[in-house]
Amino acid sequence: MSSLTEKDRPIVQLLLKSGTCPRCILRFCCVGSQTVYRHPYKDLMKDLKEFLKNNQEKEDTVCFDVVDPPCKRIRLEHTEGPGDVNHNGAVQQIPLVNDENTATKNSPVEVCNVCLGILQEFCEEDFVKKVCQKVKSADYQFTSFVFSVSLPPQLSVRERAAWLLVKQEMGKLGLSLAKDDIVQLKEAYKWIIHPQLSEELGVPADGKSLFEVSVVFAHPETDDECHFLATACPDCFKPAKNKQSVFTRMAVIKALEKIKEEDFLKHYPCPPSSPKNLCVALEIQCNNGAVFVAGRYNKYSRNLPQTPWIIDGERKLESSVEELISEHLMKEFKADSFNFSSSGREDVDVRTLGNGRPFAIELVNPRRIHFTAEEMKGLQQTVNNSSDKIQVRDLQLVTRSAIGRMKEGEEEKTKTYSALIWTDKAIQKEDIAFLDDIKELKLDQKTPLRVLHRRPLAVRCRIIHTMKSEYIDEHHFRLHLKTQAGTYIKEFVHGDFGRTKPNIGSLLNRTADILELDVESVDVDWPPSLDN
Amino acid sequence: RPQRDNCISCCRICVITLAEAHPLLQNGKTITSVNYQISPNCSRLQNKVSGKSKRVRLSQFLTELAPLCRISSSDGEEYTIYSCIRGRLIEVNENILSNPALLQEKPSTEGYIAVVLPKFEESKSVTQGLLTQKEYEEVVLKRSNSSS
Repeated sequence: MSSLTEKDRPIVQLLLKSGTCPRCILRFCCVGSQTVYRHPYKDLMKDLKEFLKNNQEKEDTVCFDVVDPPCKRIRLEHTEGPGDVNHNGAVQQIPLVNDENTATKNSPVEVCNVCLGILQEFCEEDFVKKVCQKVKSADYQFTSFVFSVSLPPQLSVRERAAWLLVKQEMGKLGLSLAKDDIVQLKEAYKWIIHPQLSEELGVPADGKSLFEVSVVFAHPETDDECHFLATACPDCFKPAKNKQSVFTRMAVIKALEKIKEEDFLKHYPCPPSSPKNLCVALEIQCNNGAVFVAGRYNKYSRNLPQTPWIIDGERKLESSVEELISEHLMKEFKADSFNFSSSGREDVDVRTLGNGRPFAIELVNPRRIHFTAEEMKGLQQTVNNSSDKIQVRDLQLVTRSAIGRMKEGEEEKTKTYSALIWTDKAIQKEDIAFLDDIKELKLDQKTPLRVLHRRPLAVRCRIIHTMKSEYIDEHHFRLHLKTQAGTYIKEFVHGDFGRTKPNIGSLLNRTADILELDVESVDVDWPPSLDN
Repeated sequence: RPQRDNCISCCRICVITLAEAHPLLQNGKTITSVNYQISPNCSRLQNKVSGKSKRVRLSQFLTELAPLCRISSSDGEEYTIYSCIRGRLIEVNENILSNPALLQEKPSTEGYIAVVLPKFEESKSVTQGLLTQKEYEEVVLKRSNSSS
């Protein structure tokens, strides 16, 4: 537990006089005890004033005792209602606690010239309640939270001015004060507000949590304060995109690092001036990290695209594989949007049989995130009952890293197909039997004409590992093939104007065309198969 | 235009081939060579298509009257095949360089001449400027009637 000592006295005196709040004063005195900051505002102010009154003969150390747990204390002592509290920044008073010290009770509290009210008003119960109200009404499922705060850039400027002031004062005592020794504003704020939020929401604060509650603070009254930095360090401020302000937090911090002390003091008052208004909490938003659902799908329709087929705003074919699956997931998970990806894909007129094709759906900002294996099975059943064009299996929650494995499969793993082939000249069984003996057939495939409008022209080498033919009649046979990933099967059959060589036509010395194509298997062993 | 007809198959991508009534496809003609060097500075073989990028850079942009190649037959005649449509030249068929007979054996498939991609905004107008198979047959019929 830290305490204030004699050497802090001139700093406390100086900062208090210039309009700095007790908690910021403690920060600049490098007080590192979290519990001290959680004391009620009133008490901190009282204790600081007492500290100043004490003369040097009395004991040096003034301890800030923790008699009751801070949260409980705050609850007991806030007897006043919201009253004149208006969180939109027009407040000039901070609700004061009922206590013995009537003098302080009646005088309005100044808005801190360093934190602009962040460590004052925005640590109080009313604000905590407001945040938690927003969180509860947003109806998210979560087991922990991370509270992120966006502060207006001018706070960095004021912090710098205060530091220079304090550094100067300490210099008179022959002491130094490094910028890193000062307790950061955001850190102190989190020390104070995390326990309160945690208590109200019933879950712990955790930096790694996927559930984020974010607040953006602004202080329009002092927005212009950063502008002097643009003249001092013009190259830190790039022209604004989308009409947003050039004076972003990052740009301001960068400029503050570059600017020389003398130049800073020339353009900015030290100590900083007292503002009229508090900061404003512009938005309170909630966001849950994405969840990933994986599975394998079968496609039984020859008239269904994998993704929506829309040209010039007009839908060319009804529905799509991704919509038929995602529709139900979106509903259950209550997500904002989804991203569908799969291990390769098939054409509209191609069926996907066998174990199906692996896919993964990213559900963005889901309200619900916990599903038992039973519930996932039920969801799978719902999807399967809703359409006979597609079926899914092995539906399960997976991590983001699992997506990488699926994409690996797309490029490396083999696929097997079944093609119904027509020939112009008659064939007999003997004419196609030799195909069964061809192993590791190397193809050179130029980018098929049918995709040339959206793919670059290139030649790809692909391998047909094995083939098995099934004679049907003089002009038809079925061919089963096992191929390398990325092989264009249709082009291997009809030759694509001779741009895929060799092809069935060239092998049989006829003109061949493909009537039907089915994917028999996608040889990727992900996601793990579930026994059901 | 005289009876030097081109046939164009489209789905945004256009494949240019010789049409049925082209003299080269009539009986008795033997093709001796195909030449993609249409001028000292321009060879359709050196059409560059930038590799990985989706955009077709540096490839030659063709207008309707741009020559694609010159074909010589054994009777001393030389025919110039024109693009007939506006668009980017994607590729010319190198197979007919090494095997000119392909042009006559499989004029609509393996004996194609070039692949052209019209600009997205122009693709509708390009298609509308073409004749359908039926319309073409009518034109050919009229020609042979008028010349007899």
